[in-house]
Amino acid sequence: MPDQSDDIIRQYYEDVPLDEDYLLQVPEIVMMDDESLVDEPEIEVSSEMAFRKSKKTLEGDVLVVGAGISGMQAALDIADKGYRVIMIEKSATIGGNMVKLDKTFPTNDCSICTSAPKMVEVARHRNIKLITYANLSKLEGEPGNFKARIFRKSKYVDPDKCTGCGDCVPVCPVEVINPFEEKLAKRKAIYIEFPQAVPIVYTIDYDACVGCGSCERFCEPDAISFLEKSEDIEVSVGSVIIATGYELFEPLEMRREYGYGKYPNVITAMQFERLLSSFGPTDGKMKRPSDGEKPKSIAWIQCVGSRSKQLGFPYCSRVCCMYATKEASIAKELEPGMNVSVFYMDLRAYGKDFQQYYDKAKKMGVEYIRSRPSSVYQNDDGSITIRYMDTHTREVAEKTVDMLVLSTAIMPSKENKRLAEALGIEIDDSGFFQVKSIMTDPIMTTRDGVFLAGCNQGPKDIPDSVSMASGAAAKAVAPIIDRVKVIPTPDPPQKQVVGEKPRIGVFVCHCGKNIHSFLDTEEVARYSETIPGVVYAKDIMFACSEDTQKDIRQNIDALNLNRVIIAACSPITHGGLFEDTLVEAGLNKYLFEFVNIRQHCSWVHSHNKVTATQKAKDLVRMSIEKAKLLEPLSQEEVDVTTGVLIIGGGLAGMRAALALADMKIPAYIIEKDSELGGQLRHLHTLFPSDIKASEIIQPIIQQVEASEYITVYKNTTLENIEGYIGNFKATINSPDGEIEIDYGTTIIASGFGEIDMTGKYGYGQSQKIMTQTELEGRILKNDLPNPKKIVMINCAGAMDKERPYCCRIGCGVSIKNAKLLKEKFPNSDIYILYRDIRVFGKDEEEYFAKVIEDGHIKIVRYSHEEQPNVVIDDDGNLTVKVRDQVYNEDITIPTDLLVLTAQTEGDPSAHKLVEMFKIPIGPGNFFIEAHAKIKPLDFATGGVYFCGSAHFPKNLADTIAQAEGAASRAAIPILKGKITLEGITALVDDARCVGCGLCVDACPYSAIELTDEGKALVNEALCKGCGLCNATCRSGAIQQKGFNDHQILAMIKSAMFEVI
Amino acid sequence: MTQENEAKDEWEPKIIGFLCNWCSYTGADLAGTSRLQYPPNIRIIKVMCSGRVNPQFILKAFQEGADGILVSGCHPGDCHYIEGNYHARRKLTLLMDLLDYMGVDSKRFQMSWVSASEGQKFAEVVTTFTNQIKEMGPQTKLRGVK
Repeated sequence: MPDQSDDIIRQYYEDVPLDEDYLLQVPEIVMMDDESLVDEPEIEVSSEMAFRKSKKTLEGDVLVVGAGISGMQAALDIADKGYRVIMIEKSATIGGNMVKLDKTFPTNDCSICTSAPKMVEVARHRNIKLITYANLSKLEGEPGNFKARIFRKSKYVDPDKCTGCGDCVPVCPVEVINPFEEKLAKRKAIYIEFPQAVPIVYTIDYDACVGCGSCERFCEPDAISFLEKSEDIEVSVGSVIIATGYELFEPLEMRREYGYGKYPNVITAMQFERLLSSFGPTDGKMKRPSDGEKPKSIAWIQCVGSRSKQLGFPYCSRVCCMYATKEASIAKELEPGMNVSVFYMDLRAYGKDFQQYYDKAKKMGVEYIRSRPSSVYQNDDGSITIRYMDTHTREVAEKTVDMLVLSTAIMPSKENKRLAEALGIEIDDSGFFQVKSIMTDPIMTTRDGVFLAGCNQGPKDIPDSVSMASGAAAKAVAPIIDRVKVIPTPDPPQKQVVGEKPRIGVFVCHCGKNIHSFLDTEEVARYSETIPGVVYAKDIMFACSEDTQKDIRQNIDALNLNRVIIAACSPITHGGLFEDTLVEAGLNKYLFEFVNIRQHCSWVHSHNKVTATQKAKDLVRMSIEKAKLLEPLSQEEVDVTTGVLIIGGGLAGMRAALALADMKIPAYIIEKDSELGGQLRHLHTLFPSDIKASEIIQPIIQQVEASEYITVYKNTTLENIEGYIGNFKATINSPDGEIEIDYGTTIIASGFGEIDMTGKYGYGQSQKIMTQTELEGRILKNDLPNPKKIVMINCAGAMDKERPYCCRIGCGVSIKNAKLLKEKFPNSDIYILYRDIRVFGKDEEEYFAKVIEDGHIKIVRYSHEEQPNVVIDDDGNLTVKVRDQVYNEDITIPTDLLVLTAQTEGDPSAHKLVEMFKIPIGPGNFFIEAHAKIKPLDFATGGVYFCGSAHFPKNLADTIAQAEGAASRAAIPILKGKITLEGITALVDDARCVGCGLCVDACPYSAIELTDEGKALVNEALCKGCGLCNATCRSGAIQQKGFNDHQILAMIKSAMFEVI
Repeated sequence: MTQENEAKDEWEPKIIGFLCNWCSYTGADLAGTSRLQYPPNIRIIKVMCSGRVNPQFILKAFQEGADGILVSGCHPGDCHYIEGNYHARRKLTLLMDLLDYMGVDSKRFQMSWVSASEGQKFAEVVTTFTNQIKEMGPQTKLRGVK
């Protein structure tokens, strides 16, 4: 596939002084004259510096370094706002670590399926200039005016010519270890990392290549170019986002007691992901490395390299408990008879739906063993025996499994040090990038104008990375907000084709040998020409090459074609390219049909040329019949009203408003209380830095109230919502009466609170029993009597039938408050009764360990089955009885202060919003996002976003990242100013509509309503073109444009036609 | 008998496959990219969502002479349009009863869930289904019925 973004970008960067020889093709004569060129000393120099060309310059608005899921999200968020992104990635493809995963927790969504569309979007985006195989070497300047030096390595393959056919691979004689497959497989010296790589351009591994030239001889499009040079690029931008990700700990030296690298059947969790992946080295089959046999038992060891300063890193890696649970339950799902166990210290199922996911895994039969494994050894049959101490029974035991998976730590990239120097930013003790302030600015680095996204400042799961990436996009846009945005060049005027007879042009692609070798493309073209309506049919070498595009445009013009059919590869990867070709030739892009005769024909029927040719003819004929019925579709544009309505004036709502104000977008905050600040108003200090909550929240309130872009309505409730994305009208009930606000997008930040504990653990029966928030209120007011013995019960009301989730923050809060009490009452004894200590991520684990050690806090583990019992005697004395699970004994603690770490739930007002915005809500009144992994801040309903604890309880840093992320999402339609509607939408024929309303019920987007006249009416702004209504309508009145009944029936009919 | 068997060997079934754009069509792409081989009897019609498949399409295809029909969408819960595949599942399960009632063996009509990463599964589904239809012989009940 040619690098399509390149041409388009060049078109938009016309004022950029590109070097004249930018992407210049090496004259063929040079190659022919001197075939031994590769042997010349100049080229033998191992350093690629020798290849450097003179400098090239590029201009953009934001530079994004790293194109994993975080980088891609940040780039798309900025580009969608109309600013130019320059994106660099050190690998040959974008996608990062996420594409290596098989599935993602807790939904078991296929990982590549959710990341690949983003990759294609990045590559095709008009405002993103993608430079792969490149590194940043220096950053100079200040916010608004940075200059970055980029070194792009040569791939030795011309991106414009490479079609991604892969013919070069079998002929390459060199095999090297494949890092993408985590060393489980080999690849050739010429390679793409995986089949869905973007851009699909092969790369020659310079260090491995022996220069035999086989690939060059076999490459039909002549894409191999040993003379293609690396280059230095100077980039001018206004801000910089660093999204360089993480590396995984390799237990070769530290933690070598687990036998990794010594015993073949000990692998890392990422290697196991590759074994599960359908495009991995075993095609998704679980095989153990030593003999390829299917394992009958697998064990996971957790925290390998995490939670230990001596044996790796002091922090918790945050994701391992859940990925091990995911891998174990997938293994169990694939092989129900398999013995699957997880050796863990604390099971940290802290996130949204995590606890339920963990409970489900246990139900499936995954065995969780709370233990400390000390060593492993290999048996003669290749199986592995784990020696461990069970921390419940305190006994040393052994377990033998066929395969052992190590849940290895997330660690800072080894590149960080070099990159930090190049960027002029700082790194922390562990080697992650230092954030400006974990409590107030978790997205900023120590250098102004340089922002962070994803795991490069600490371990994170995917949704937290994506939220943070959006947040970084908001921050990065602020300094350049006044820059002129990219104005898309208008398309040439469209030819009028309605009412004309179909004049169809058919182009049948050879794709080099990929189609042509397995089916007779000339015959397909000859046959197509005989079908009525077809005026031109031709077979072509490469449909996607630039010269063919020109040929297609010329034919459209010369022969007055009004429908175009391309029989080639997949519309998923190449559809957009040909649509652009049509548009350039003045044809509506919907007058186009793509026939997939490569993936769906030549490649899957490569043993019988006759039947493959027959099938290709059928497929082309079916599309011709459909094409005759195609109509031009228009994509309406709707103006957007500026302004964002924010529901909730807590930390999340306020930080979202401030981020919007930085982008000069008006924000209207409605707060039901008399004061801004939300939950933070009731708290004394914050975890894990002991900073006073008031020191955080007061400056933010002041900033909000001082901002000229923010209007605050206190004591106000939302009464009604009308409209849709881009044009909402809210009616609010404020002390000044009813007010109407016209605005563009909505952010819901309605927050959360502790549940009512009445009736649980004696709450309500004694003044000495209180919740954590009440405790902090009492400390704030200084009205606590001097307690001698304090007990805290964690998970109070949590993880039961009614509220099956973990509250995510309780462990942190209890530890922080234990420290607070200890400082206030140094002579007191403090007990924390807990189920699992879930202090996840960086800083929290370290804080926890320090408090427990310094404060002599006693921690007692109890089980869900044996809950602590609170006894209040007649004199009002409190006693807590609990079964200590670690020492297996009952203990009785008389106490004069009992603090309940109460379960939390979303604000009760959330239910009202469900109706108003047609958004879903889940357990505990928390809203359900559009996609748990890649759309954590969006709803399926367009123009409505959410953040903070309305999503799920979270700490300060995560809340701020989400709030700024939601601001970025909400700003996109507003900064664009216009919304382009789907071309493929539903259309109602009023004469046929009987007003039964079935389509109204079927529509997942609430895009259809019944008018007063009893007719269905489609709101095109909301319609996403799925066609559910069409399949539901019993009178054929509602039709999906581009896929209407006539068009599909025409395909069905012609599919049955026998070709002689 | 021998003659009949011979006729059966020569006869190749015509199968129509409705694939959703987001999962199964892309899964079929991956089958291709992975060079997996499956029988060439299937003719693919792309729809945006499996929920777009109107029962009428199935009946019409049988009338036109299809011997087998496959509808494939995203896995339950993974629908690009939130719930389209649930609509498909509910509607087309009912259709199976109708087919049996009409005397068309409902095994000639199959639904499957194939995600964008399941190229292997797509090839397997098509292979198994094609072989099954081959076993069943030509569909004559609705062929040519107007």
